[in-house]
Amino acid sequence: MAASFPPSIPSRPVYGTLTARPGTAHLMVADGEGAAALTDMLARAQDAAGLLARSHIIYMPGPTGTDLWASLNALGAAQCHRSPSFAAALPRLQQVLSDAHMGLQIYVAGTEGLIGQVQREAMLAGLPWQAVQTEHRGSTVRRVQCVHCKGITENVRTDPFPCSHCGLNLFVRDHYSRRIAAFQGVNIDAEDPGQVPAAVVRFT
Amino acid sequence: MSVGAAKIPVRVAEVVEVNPLIKRFRFQRRDGGPMPVFSGGAHIVVDMDDHGTRRMNPYSLMSDPADTSGYEISVRRDEAGRGGSLFLHRHVTVGMEMVISSPINLFPLDARARRHLMIAGGIGITPFLSQIAALQAHGGQFELHYSARSRDFAAYADDLTARHGDKVRLYLDDQGQLINLNSLLQGQPLGTHLYVCGPKGMIGWVRQTAETLGWPLAAVHSEEFLAPPVGLPFQVQLAASGKTITVGPAQSLLEAIEAAGVTAPYLCRGGACGECETDVLGCDGQIAHNDHWLTDEQKAGDRQIMPCVSRFGGKTLILDR
Repeated sequence: MAASFPPSIPSRPVYGTLTARPGTAHLMVADGEGAAALTDMLARAQDAAGLLARSHIIYMPGPTGTDLWASLNALGAAQCHRSPSFAAALPRLQQVLSDAHMGLQIYVAGTEGLIGQVQREAMLAGLPWQAVQTEHRGSTVRRVQCVHCKGITENVRTDPFPCSHCGLNLFVRDHYSRRIAAFQGVNIDAEDPGQVPAAVVRFT
Repeated sequence: MSVGAAKIPVRVAEVVEVNPLIKRFRFQRRDGGPMPVFSGGAHIVVDMDDHGTRRMNPYSLMSDPADTSGYEISVRRDEAGRGGSLFLHRHVTVGMEMVISSPINLFPLDARARRHLMIAGGIGITPFLSQIAALQAHGGQFELHYSARSRDFAAYADDLTARHGDKVRLYLDDQGQLINLNSLLQGQPLGTHLYVCGPKGMIGWVRQTAETLGWPLAAVHSEEFLAPPVGLPFQVQLAASGKTITVGPAQSLLEAIEAAGVTAPYLCRGGACGECETDVLGCDGQIAHNDHWLTDEQKAGDRQIMPCVSRFGGKTLILDR
């Protein structure tokens, strides 16, 4: 089920529950456990068959290995595509957005990294970010940008963690950028080099 | 406390009869200086001394935002209204000294849009004129669909068509020409934003159709200034200033508060901006919430009121003012 995130600063994204909405076409993107959010939404939808006939589903396994592809592939959507990763799915996602017309509904479910990156692509296509429906499912690992070297580390589990680009020890903040689709990581031992607190697993 | 947007003392530089219903007014600063630059879709509030009655009505700016030598508005004569437009039509002449507010924009273009789809009805064309001028300067993509009752009443249509060719499509009621809204909205590429300004019915129709076709709310923009409706007179207690006032039949609550010498915040005076929101401390009766600002839930709760357009009927209304 969806993780419930404790209340935080306004910058920290919040997610909802997917609801089938009227639209001329439907784009559904999910990773890992997010597949279940799509099947749950379709189970609640008034006309799931009609919706699926105008749906394009893009799915990839989650960061912890969960692969529910079979449950989506069995739905009978107009198009259903499995990618090994978000990077591999990106060209297809961009093509769908560039061919689409207003009236397209976008649903994203799964990890925060996936949700943020799909939202960012929708924004780059000129849609308001609020137009993307989101639901968090599965892993809470984070996509974090190092504010010092600007490098992005995917699937961060501990706080602090070493930046995968410059090696600085980064404290993971709830401060989030929709433009970069990442949380902010700030050097934790800048004042006292070497004084790094023990890493705690905060994201699973 | 200073309320409303900063005032600009102006002189009327030009009055042009655009058609039998619409007059255009040009204002220039009395001190000869430049006007503030504004953004397309902005409006000003025009201060009028209508033979002892103070009227302050919002009008969209229609001139080119880059033209700082003056501002232009177009005003449709409303015979049944409270008198602001009639005053402008009958009594405002070239050379007259007036006071206007600095521009305020409640209907801006969204710069993140890939293209802008504009739908105008009648006098609702005015904000689009300044928006289109701004888009021209930046090479922004737009398409205007303009509906009017007949060619004679389609203000600025010839000029728009001459300048922008097939980006402008005109629909005339007397020719039975209707906007095919369904196909228009379904054919728009992703990233299009929709803007509508016109009569209430048209705004409702466009918003409803867009929602049904799956347009996101955040990509649909509309502007409608409400004229404060007339009604029965009513009494109001102003708790903070310890006064009881009577609101006349053709007076708005905001105007009555101001007439009693009580300072109250405002910007648009048309139920759109939210600036004049006032807490209701006690209400025994019915508030007629006429604004576009409060949510349906807030309107049902009667804990806030927008005095620029809303009225009251009943025993007592106590405001925190």
